[in-house]
Amino acid sequence: MAKLTRDDVLHLAQLARISLSDDEVDGFSEELSSILQYVEQLSNVDVSSLRPTNQVTGLQNVMRDDTVKDYGYDPKELLKNVPQTQDGQLKVKRMIG
Amino acid sequence: MVSWEPVATIAKKIQAGELKAVDLVEQSLSAIAGAEEYKAIIATTADRARARAKSIDAGDNKGRLAGVPFIAKDNFLVFGAETTAASNILKGFDAPYQSTVINRLEAEGAICVAKANLDAFAHGGSTENSDFFTTLNPRDKTRVPGGSSGGSAAATALGLAPFALGTDTGGSTRQPASFTGVVGYKPTYGLTSRSGIVAMASSLDTVGTFARSVEDAELVFDVIAGRDELDSTTIDRDVEGYVVAPAELKDKKIGVIKEYMSEGLASDVRSSVEESIKALRNAGAIISEVSLPSMPLSLAVYYILCPAEISSNLSRYDGQRYGFSSDDAKDLNESYTKSREIGFGREAKRRIMIGTYVLSSGYYDAYYKKAQTVRTKLINEFTDAFKDVDFLVGPVAPTSAYKIGENANNPLAMYLADAMTVAINLAGVPGISIPCGTGDALPVGLQIIAPQRADRELLSVARAAEGVLI
Repeated sequence: MAKLTRDDVLHLAQLARISLSDDEVDGFSEELSSILQYVEQLSNVDVSSLRPTNQVTGLQNVMRDDTVKDYGYDPKELLKNVPQTQDGQLKVKRMIG
Repeated sequence: MVSWEPVATIAKKIQAGELKAVDLVEQSLSAIAGAEEYKAIIATTADRARARAKSIDAGDNKGRLAGVPFIAKDNFLVFGAETTAASNILKGFDAPYQSTVINRLEAEGAICVAKANLDAFAHGGSTENSDFFTTLNPRDKTRVPGGSSGGSAAATALGLAPFALGTDTGGSTRQPASFTGVVGYKPTYGLTSRSGIVAMASSLDTVGTFARSVEDAELVFDVIAGRDELDSTTIDRDVEGYVVAPAELKDKKIGVIKEYMSEGLASDVRSSVEESIKALRNAGAIISEVSLPSMPLSLAVYYILCPAEISSNLSRYDGQRYGFSSDDAKDLNESYTKSREIGFGREAKRRIMIGTYVLSSGYYDAYYKKAQTVRTKLINEFTDAFKDVDFLVGPVAPTSAYKIGENANNPLAMYLADAMTVAINLAGVPGISIPCGTGDALPVGLQIIAPQRADRELLSVARAAEGVLI
């Protein structure tokens, strides 16, 4: 497997919410296929007695007190990079057509 | 090329009033202006740096890094300049807060003077994936400085500041250090807070330090290391701290990683690394060959897990909350897709697509979960190896700095260049690159690797090794 067609690439792009140019679709179909072919070498590795590693620190359930802490941030300052705001809220385009 | 005294000496002289922070900041800024052709820097934080220097000279801070200028990779949130991660989608982003490690450095009196170039979002090993420009290698301007922290490495090699910060997710500090002939240190995962750093792959991201000596790197690390309530994956620092004396090399058990010395290693890298190993042996270290049979699989594991985490982390760049937003969209979904189409460069898109694929239903078990399980196998091999030896050594990369453009059209070839660094991130262990090349030849680094949380021991043996290699 792991030969990605144009349709596969377009489907992935849709899942990832990215528009692609025609040139990118063609390029990615080649490039992603060769990368996936490379990583497929793992399929033959025997890992029957092993569990997956999600993280390496060994930490479990890192807790903190459930209290409000004032970091001194001004909401206006935190919103200064938002492309569009209204009444201190993020403003987005309509969601339903 | 500007030369700086050791970081500890600079700070002591500032504390004693023998040096002025304002002069050091000007020295650094003029070095930056004089080295523009190398394109190591994206922007300076000159105004803020000058103001901080003035207040330090007025007696506001007598910390351990008092008045010491430094340069931060542009994926650290820092006041006084935009934080872009060298990406178009974050152009214009003005950080509303600073990263924890920057705050810790500032609390000890260090002064950030500039933001360094990188492969956009730290995706790459050459800075050629920067959405803005490619940094040139200070030793040979036709070659890459390595990456992704290539700007920080070049800045340190050029002496633009006494030290620089980078990040290391799969080798992004050690490899450019090796390519530019400086020290590059990647600590145990969890010892450096990720808060306020543009996320790449959260289970692998660490803060790296570039310096001209191990002694400088360890002092910087001693200031930034340890738990942070803003990053719940951080761990406690060593109670004794990380400022250490050089270790006694005699009778240290050092294993040479067999798989890293196999065919495919460039001859200049091989001879420099072999010479270094000889020098360690002559200094009394007990050298043996150690095999980690799953090493050759580490790159495949990395190029599944890393894009998977990237595709998740980069979903936040949606054109709504910050960064570039396309005006030309009829509804919310189109605003997402067009903002991301224009804002992301080709490598970011490529990694998002791979990550989306390996996490998608039907492929998750075969790719993502399998890679996580092979990660366990690799970690077990590291654990076993460290039962027999105190440290592992090997090259940092299969080649020295390559020509700009050489790998640009072949993403897989670019990925293969990470073969000797990614396993260290997957295992979460610390590693350091120290210069071991000779004369006029291109720089080469020797990589030394220690068990998880043995950063203190690693820095100590690296200081000793530095003494016998040069």
